[in-house]
Amino acid sequence: MLIYLVVSLIAAAWLVPLIVVVLNSLRSNEEIVQTSMIGWPRQWAFGNYLTAWSDFCVAQTCVGIRPYMLNSALVTIPATIFSTLLGAVAGYAVSLWRFRGDSWIYGIVTLGIFLPQQMRLLPWTIVLRDTGLMNTLTGLVLIHTIQGLSFTVLFCRNYYVAIPQELIRAARIDGAGFFRIFWRIILPLSPPILVVTVIWQFTHIWNEFLYGVTFTTGQQQPVTAALIALSAAVADIPHHGVQSAAVMIAALPTLLIYLIGGKYFVRGLTAGAVK
Amino acid sequence: MVRRLPEYLTIWVPLLLSAAHLVSFSLWTIWISFTPSTLVPVSGWVGLRNYTSVLASRNWQVAFDNLLLFGSAFVLLSLVTGLILAILLDQRIRGENVLRSIFLYPLAVSFVVTGTVWSWLLNPGIGIQKLVHDFGWTSFRFDWLIDRDMAIWTIVIAAIWQSSGFAMALFLAGLRSVDADLIKAAQIDGAGPVRMYRRVILPTLWPITITVIVIQLQFAISTFDLVRALTNGGPGIATQLPALVVYDLMFQRNLLGRGAAAAVLMLLILLSVLLPYAAWQYLQRRRAPHA
Repeated sequence: MLIYLVVSLIAAAWLVPLIVVVLNSLRSNEEIVQTSMIGWPRQWAFGNYLTAWSDFCVAQTCVGIRPYMLNSALVTIPATIFSTLLGAVAGYAVSLWRFRGDSWIYGIVTLGIFLPQQMRLLPWTIVLRDTGLMNTLTGLVLIHTIQGLSFTVLFCRNYYVAIPQELIRAARIDGAGFFRIFWRIILPLSPPILVVTVIWQFTHIWNEFLYGVTFTTGQQQPVTAALIALSAAVADIPHHGVQSAAVMIAALPTLLIYLIGGKYFVRGLTAGAVK
Repeated sequence: MVRRLPEYLTIWVPLLLSAAHLVSFSLWTIWISFTPSTLVPVSGWVGLRNYTSVLASRNWQVAFDNLLLFGSAFVLLSLVTGLILAILLDQRIRGENVLRSIFLYPLAVSFVVTGTVWSWLLNPGIGIQKLVHDFGWTSFRFDWLIDRDMAIWTIVIAAIWQSSGFAMALFLAGLRSVDADLIKAAQIDGAGPVRMYRRVILPTLWPITITVIVIQLQFAISTFDLVRALTNGGPGIATQLPALVVYDLMFQRNLLGRGAAAAVLMLLILLSVLLPYAAWQYLQRRRAPHA
């Protein structure tokens, strides 16, 4: 029984930050100022969510975090789809199709997992400036698609190596080409790894902050960068209730994905570690 | 040849783009770190001058000391926390799935969000200290967030909370894959649970331990968002870390050459962790060719 007590206490401690934000997002600002950030709502202030969503001011623009949520979605969804699809095809090519130089290029691509973002900040600045993509969502999609390949190729390649080569060889003898084999044989076997990859990419791109804050400003920022701008903007007159609601809204997409596909999320998390 | 062009393009374009950007971006940043670039990249050669001025700057020295403290405290404590959680969950307890989800959920949320939330909890004016004061214990102090000497520990707390679950997940997988015969043999020899863990089970976990250490160190070295949201490097520069120095030099002070030098220094710190690890993995593989 002791073990249940210990484990529940630790679990409770782990939930404190979440519970505090949820409760605060439902408390009025006066109430928080009078007491502290930690407390039960005396009056349920559901209006905080509406304010955070569409009225609140970030950097002199009072439109709530809705446009920034939209920005994040417009970056995350295409970049997730592109990087996953390209990663699946490339993973299939290096694991089963095999071609001259495949292991070399695969080795270099996966090094991208380790290369710090700081090493790429200046070059991306130049590339975005020269292509006219600075301060655009398209620019962020481009960055996340190319950088995401390091992860998606690794995930898919490690999954596809388990598929027997004979399957591919037999299909080639029957006259099937690169795309036909991918479409007919590989893709139908892929759902488990595609789910892992999509969840991983979505979570990472949605939560990304450094590129967002470096390459976009004002109305083009993703929600993570907007949240920081928001905390800076309200440093003088805090609106913790509304801020908590904004934080909850920003965290909701990845939290929901975790709740629904937690198993696959953890698989992605450990896939990189046991390679 | 022409007929197979779409195939070649699909195979090569994404892979080449990815590999080429990694190689050229790294080389370019390294090159810039040897030039006198300030607001815009310029050619020219200043030798190691950017490096010496970064290394001599107070900002970098504080950041490096903080990284040593934060890195070792965070890695050690998250390792211990993760191992304890894994052993607790390994006791065939009810509700294991729910508990595991609770310890892992912070990893699904952005560091900006968790950093912001921790900055509220640890803020003495509105957080835990205020709560305890309101309960009547008015001499209670928990103001690390605004204490120059202790502020770095707030980052440690938030980082442990956020990523101990990751260590737990890997350790738990390791515990579950311990050879059942080994455990049975130890039981026959009359080993109790404590002895069992100390002598039989834990020694099999050391390869996983090293993997966890390396991954957590890699995370510690590149920490940026969490500090940005939690303390923004403050109070003063008390919680400065290398990634913040790079950003500050490149985009706030517009000293591209020095910023690039700081980025390369970060890469070198990272390599000092990753290269020994890669060598160790290589040796492991050579020793056990069938594994």
